[in-house]
Amino acid sequence: MTFTVPIDNGDSVKIAEEESQRTLYPYVTGTSIVAIKYKDGVLMASDMGGSYGSTLRYKNIERVKAIGKHSLLGASGEISDFQEILRYLDELTLNDNMWDDGNSLGPKEIHNYLTRVMYNRRNKFDPLWNTLVLGGVKNGKSYLGMVSMIGVSFEDDHVATGFGNHLARPILRDEWHADLSFEDGVKLLEKCMRVLLYRDRSAINKLQIAKITEEGVTVSQPYSLKTFWEFSSFHNPTAGAEGSW
Amino acid sequence: MFRNQYDTDVTTWSPTGRLFQVEYAMEAVKQGSAAIGLRSRSHVVLACVNKAQSELSSHQRKIFKVDDHIGVAIAGLTADGRVLSRYMRSESINHSFTYESPLPVGRLVVHLADKAQVCTQRSWKRPYGVGLLVGGLDESGAHLYYNCPSGNYFEYQAFAIGSRSQAAKTYLERRFESFGDSSREDLIKDAILAVRETLQGETLKSSLCTVAILGVDEPFHFVDQEAIQKVIDTFEKVPEEEEEEGEGEAGEGEAVAAAAAPAEQGGGGAGDVAPMEM
Repeated sequence: MTFTVPIDNGDSVKIAEEESQRTLYPYVTGTSIVAIKYKDGVLMASDMGGSYGSTLRYKNIERVKAIGKHSLLGASGEISDFQEILRYLDELTLNDNMWDDGNSLGPKEIHNYLTRVMYNRRNKFDPLWNTLVLGGVKNGKSYLGMVSMIGVSFEDDHVATGFGNHLARPILRDEWHADLSFEDGVKLLEKCMRVLLYRDRSAINKLQIAKITEEGVTVSQPYSLKTFWEFSSFHNPTAGAEGSW
Repeated sequence: MFRNQYDTDVTTWSPTGRLFQVEYAMEAVKQGSAAIGLRSRSHVVLACVNKAQSELSSHQRKIFKVDDHIGVAIAGLTADGRVLSRYMRSESINHSFTYESPLPVGRLVVHLADKAQVCTQRSWKRPYGVGLLVGGLDESGAHLYYNCPSGNYFEYQAFAIGSRSQAAKTYLERRFESFGDSSREDLIKDAILAVRETLQGETLKSSLCTVAILGVDEPFHFVDQEAIQKVIDTFEKVPEEEEEEGEGEAGEGEAVAAAAAPAEQGGGGAGDVAPMEM
């Protein structure tokens, strides 16, 4: 961006200003994350897609990562910003470990740290274009929270980002209850992910479910959901509207 | 300690490997009025002797709240102590703001010690002339630390600093093994008894001491004067047959003897009330 400064003799002097480096729009994005608290901890599901606009360009992106001993971080939105956040957290957890004093950063601390980071970037008009989901277990207490790219942050028993807000949350509100077993939790998440797969164009049928308990983090191998397309209205889609396609 | 040619700058070593300015700073701590700290597994108690410049003035504040879970008692140059307390409050609140979680006391004392160390290695600075007894909580329970002007810090079960602190230390040395499992009331009583040791026979009144406590389910707060007086009444008023009073007497006698030796005076007898002047 350049601007001109008029000076007395009527000529104007062009002064080049450095191109603004702030984020204007995201490029490679991940879609929804859905997460719930269950009996032993937290379950988090995400697909492995990275979209480049409307192209489903990358199909092997892990959008859920373990942080330290006690936390899981899932992100939707700009993948490169997620990687930047992972670098920040890496530094944070490294310094925390170097203290070697029996104290460690738990999920609550990491959630709040991320809230500060996201909010401060938003204030500079240079956001990290992500919605983050932070889940974890420490000293027997489960924790699940979310931070958006503008720094809005809260905790809840179940959270969803992106399209998940519209499609998964109603399901979770109806069917989530405290002390879900692992199997029931996975079934519930799969139900949400299936709806997202049908209805979210940026979702792909390759998902991972991550689990965090007091013992630690496990991320499942990628797998696919079974889908059903044999609805009768699909056989003759124009039955009710002759002439349409 | 006598003047020598290596004691002008903090950045000058002596031939025997000492930094005299740092040692002189530690002397300043010994001149301040006594401060005492002790801890159990779940609580920390800080106590100090209230010294006033004159009868007309109020006494100096020596115990500061750093956060709900950390308190500090100082001895030495109280102005330096105030500045360091402000630093500790700042560190604590910055941590709370970023992580919404209390700063572990063990990490705070390391920051404090590093800050003190800087002043021992800059020619344009001087060491802080204050010793700090920092009591606080972290994930593993209650802790008590002593930070000295040299930049060292140590963890203690119980400790006393300042003038006539040796008397209190002697008392604490006898009793510290039981502190781990003490109830908070017993801990407060032991703190007040330790304060009494430093008074060398002056009658213990609640106006002479300040006590503060913090614990796992108890944010830092000062024990109010009436409560202190009540504890004092349990052992001051009762005549000599009382076991506690007897123990107190023995303690006093020891304290008198201990203080008498370095003062190089004729050993004071273990009388009921030692003379005011030693």
